Amino acid sequence: MSALLELENVTMQFGGVVAVNDLSLHVDQGEIIALIGPNGAGKTTAFNCITGVYEPTNGRISFDGKTIIVNHPSGKMKRTYAGNKAVLFSSEKTIDPTPDEITKLGIARTFQNIRLFRSMNVFDNVLTAMHLRAKANIFASVLRLDYKEERAMRAETEKLLKEQGLWEHRYEKAVSLPYGFQRRLEIARALATKPRLLLLDEPAAGMNPQETLELAGFIKEIKNRYNLTVFMIEHHMDLVMGISDRVYVLDFGSLIAEGTPEMIQKNQRVIDAYLGVSKDV
Amino acid sequence: MEKDKRNHLIRLFVAIAAVYIFITILEFTLRPTSIIFTVLRKGAIYSLVAVSMNLLNGFTGLFSLGQAGFMLLGAYTYAIFTMPLAVKQSERVYRYYECIVPFDTGVFIGLVAAGLVAAFFAFLIGLPVLRLKSDYLAIATLGFAEIIRAIFQWDVLGPLTNGANLLREFKDLSRITIPFTDIPFPPTLFVFIVVGICILLIVLLINSSYGRAFKAIRDDETAAEAMGINLFRHKELSFVISSFFAGVSGALLAMFQYTVQAQQFRTVLTYEILLIVVIGGIGSISGSCIASFLYIALSEWWLRGLDMGTFLGIDAPNLFRSGFRRLVFSLIIMVIVLFFSRGIMGDKELSYERLRNGIRRISNRRRRPE
Amino acid sequence: MADFFHQNLSYFLSGISVGGQYALIAIGYTMVYGILRLINFAHGDVFMCAGLMMVYFSSSMPFVLSIPAVLILTVLLGFVIERVAYKPLRSAPRMSVMISAIGVSYLLQNAALYFTGGLAKVYPEIPVLSRSVQIWGASTRVVTLITPVLTVVLVVLLTLLIKHTKIGMAMRAVSRDFETSQLMGIKINRVISMTFMLGSLLAAIASFLYFTNYASVTPTSGSMPGLKAFVAAVFGGIGSIPGAVIGAFIIGICENIIKGGASIFGIPGSGWTTFSDAFTFAFLIIVLIVRPTGLFGEKSVDKV
Repeated sequence: MSALLELENVTMQFGGVVAVNDLSLHVDQGEIIALIGPNGAGKTTAFNCITGVYEPTNGRISFDGKTIIVNHPSGKMKRTYAGNKAVLFSSEKTIDPTPDEITKLGIARTFQNIRLFRSMNVFDNVLTAMHLRAKANIFASVLRLDYKEERAMRAETEKLLKEQGLWEHRYEKAVSLPYGFQRRLEIARALATKPRLLLLDEPAAGMNPQETLELAGFIKEIKNRYNLTVFMIEHHMDLVMGISDRVYVLDFGSLIAEGTPEMIQKNQRVIDAYLGVSKDV
Repeated sequence: MEKDKRNHLIRLFVAIAAVYIFITILEFTLRPTSIIFTVLRKGAIYSLVAVSMNLLNGFTGLFSLGQAGFMLLGAYTYAIFTMPLAVKQSERVYRYYECIVPFDTGVFIGLVAAGLVAAFFAFLIGLPVLRLKSDYLAIATLGFAEIIRAIFQWDVLGPLTNGANLLREFKDLSRITIPFTDIPFPPTLFVFIVVGICILLIVLLINSSYGRAFKAIRDDETAAEAMGINLFRHKELSFVISSFFAGVSGALLAMFQYTVQAQQFRTVLTYEILLIVVIGGIGSISGSCIASFLYIALSEWWLRGLDMGTFLGIDAPNLFRSGFRRLVFSLIIMVIVLFFSRGIMGDKELSYERLRNGIRRISNRRRRPE
Repeated sequence: MADFFHQNLSYFLSGISVGGQYALIAIGYTMVYGILRLINFAHGDVFMCAGLMMVYFSSSMPFVLSIPAVLILTVLLGFVIERVAYKPLRSAPRMSVMISAIGVSYLLQNAALYFTGGLAKVYPEIPVLSRSVQIWGASTRVVTLITPVLTVVLVVLLTLLIKHTKIGMAMRAVSRDFETSQLMGIKINRVISMTFMLGSLLAAIASFLYFTNYASVTPTSGSMPGLKAFVAAVFGGIGSIPGAVIGAFIIGICENIIKGGASIFGIPGSGWTTFSDAFTFAFLIIVLIVRPTGLFGEKSVDKV
C-alpha cells in the first residue's frame, strides 16, 4: 500500500510556541488512522497545517504522491526556529495553497466546534459544498444555463442526505438540529466535496457511549461506501481502539508513539502522557 | 413542496405584472409633474442601489461603504457616453474645456458602460483590500469614494469630466424614446423596467450556486473555505457585481436628476443607502425595496412639512425649519438600529403567506378586547 | 534637499501642526478599535461637535469658562454615545455596531445641520493660540508651534496612564482578551466608558487647535479629519498609540507639502490641491497592500 497522505518533519511554530514539533507520519489508502493526545498536544494544529489553514513553519506534506505543501523557516522565523530539520527543505520552493485548493485536491474536513452554515437549511448546507465541482461560470449560473448541472447537484445532495438519514430534516435550519445530527450533517457536507481523504476533528465530542458506538459504525460504513481514507482526531478511546488501523500519539507537539491500538494501549510513554485520563485507556 | 413553489412563483409573477400595469396606468392618467412620479422613480433607483449594497453586506458579509463612489462613476460614465456629440462640441456644457470624447452612444450602451466602469474600479480596489479583514474594506471603500469625488472635480481632467461644473443635456429621462421610434418612453416605466431587470438578475444570482457560496462565506468563512470555496475570488465577484449595479443606479440617478455633479455623491449618500438596507432588513431583497420607497416617500413627500414650517397642521416655523426632517430621520434610524435591528423584514422575503399571516395576526389582536 | 526644506518650511511647520491634531483624534480611534474592534465612525463628528460648542459658548462666556465647559461636555458626549448606541449592542454582530456608529455619525451631522442652519460658523479666536510669530523667516501662528509640543506631552501622559494606573492596566487587559478579562473581574463597561471619555477629551483638545487654524466649523468638518486620523491609526498599526501618532504626523506633513505647491510630475502644486484629501486614501490603499498590519501592528492568528 502506498501512502495517501504523508507528513515529513512538519513543524508549526507561533512565535516562541512550538505547537507541532517535527511531526512525520503517513496515512495509507483505505486506512482509518487516529491521532490522539492530551489537550493542547497540537492535534488540531496538525490538521490545520494539512488543510492549509496554517502555513507550517517547516516541513513537507504530500498527498497521493504529489507534494502539496512545503515550507522552511525564513525571515525572522529563521532566527527563532526551534527545530533543526529546516535544512531538509531549504532548497525547495515553498508551496502554500489556500484551504479551498487543498479541498479541491480531495481532502475534506470537519471541525472540532461544529461550523455549519448557520442561515441555511440542511439541504443547502450540503448543496453549497458541491459548488467547488460546479463548472458553470457566473453568467451561466445567473441565467440558469447550468440547470442540468444544478439538477445533478440537487439529485446528488438528495442521495447523500438519504444515505446519511438526514433527508427528513432537509428543510430544517442546520443549527436547530440535535447535536448528533449536526455532526452527521457536517460529515455529509464534507462528503459532498467528494474527498478521498476525510479528516475528522473529534467527531465524537459531546456524545454519549451509545452515540459513540453508532458513530463508529457510521464511520466504517461511509469509509467503505465512498472508498475513503479516514484520518481522525479523537479522545474517546472506545472509538479509537475500536475502528482504527493505526494510532499516532502526540504530546506537547511531538510524536511519542505510533502503532496498532493494542501496541498503543501497552505503551508506557502513552500511559504516562495520559496519566490524568488513563482510566479511559 | 414543488407545488407550493410553483404557486409562489405564479403569485410573484402576477404581483410584479400588476405593479407594471399600475405604473403604466399612472403614466397615462396623472400629470407628469406629480410628486408620486418623483417618489416612484427615486424610490426605484434607491431600491436598486440598496439591493446591490445588500448583496454585499447582507449576502456576502462584506461591509463596503463605497456605494456613492460607484454611483458617481456610473453617473459620469453615462452622462459622458450619451451626451450628443453636438452638445459636447458646443459651448453649452463644456464651457471652459474642450471635450475630448469623440463619440456618443445610446441609452442602453450608456447604462451598461456605467455599470462596467464601476465594476472595473471595484475590481481594482478589491485586489488588495479583499484579502484583508472586512473592517479594512469599509474604510478603503469609503476612502475610495472620497478620492474618486476629488478626481472627478480635478481641473486637469476637465476635458473629460467638465471639472467641478455640471454635466447636462445627456439622454436623461425626458429624452429617451421607445427603440426605433420617436415616441418618448414613459419615464417612470423606463426606470421600473431597468431596475426590475437588474434586481431580477441579483435575485437569480443569490439563488444560484454562486449565491449559495456567497452566503456560505457570510455564515462562516473558515467552513466555506474548507468546502472548497475560494474566498478571495467569490468576494471579488460579489464586490464587482454589486458595484456594477451601483454604477447602473448611478446612471439612473443622473437620468432622473437631469444633471450630474461630483458634489452630489458624498459619503452621506452611502450612509443613507446603508440605513435603508438596515431599515429593510439586512439580507432581505424585498425589505430593501420596501424601505427604499418608504424612505423616499417620507423624505420627499410625507415629511416635507418638517422642513417647511408646517407639519400636520401645526405651524411652528421656528421648530420646523430646514434640516429638521433629517434630524427626525436620523433619530428614527437610531431607534431602528438599536431596538429593531432586524428591520422590517429581517432576513426573510415578502411572500403571500407571510402577508396573510401578518394580517391575520393583526386582526386577531384587534378582535381580542371584545 | 536643504533647499527644498527651506522653501517648504512653512508647509512643514503646518504639516507638523496638523499632524499633531490628527494624532490627538487618531488616538481616540485606535484606543476604541483596540478594545472593541469597532471603527467608531462617530468620532470625527464628536470632534466637530466640540468645535461647534466652542462657537456657541464663546459668544456668551469668557474663554476661561468656555474651554473647560467644552472639554467636559465633549467627554460627556463621548460617554453618552457609548452608553446609548454601543453598549446595548455588545453581544450583537460586529456589523450592527458599525452600523450603529454610522447612525450616530449621521445623527450628529444632521443635528449640527439643523442647529447651524447649514451655515459655516466662524470659530472664535482663542487669544493665546491665534497670535502670529516669526520663525526662521517664516511667519506662523502660535498654535502651529504649540500643537506638536502639546501632542507629545499628552501622548506621554496617556502612555503613563496606560502603563502605570489600574484603569490603564485594565484597558490593556481588555484589548488583549475581552472575555477573559471579564472573567478576571475587570469591569468591562467602566473600562470602555473610560476609553471613550479619554478619546473624546483628546478630540476636544484637538478641536481647539484645529479650528483655530481653519477658522470655521460646518456640520461636515469633522468627517474629513476624522477619516484621515483613522487612516493614520491604520498606518501606525491599529491599536497602537505611538503608531497612530507617528502615522498622523507623516500624513499631516505629506498632505501639507502636496497642498503647498511642490511641483510633482510636472504639474504645479496648485494642480494637486484637490488631492491633498485624496492623497490620504491613496496612501491608505498602499499601506494596506504593502503592510496590512501597519507599522507597529501585530499579526493576529484566527483560531479555527
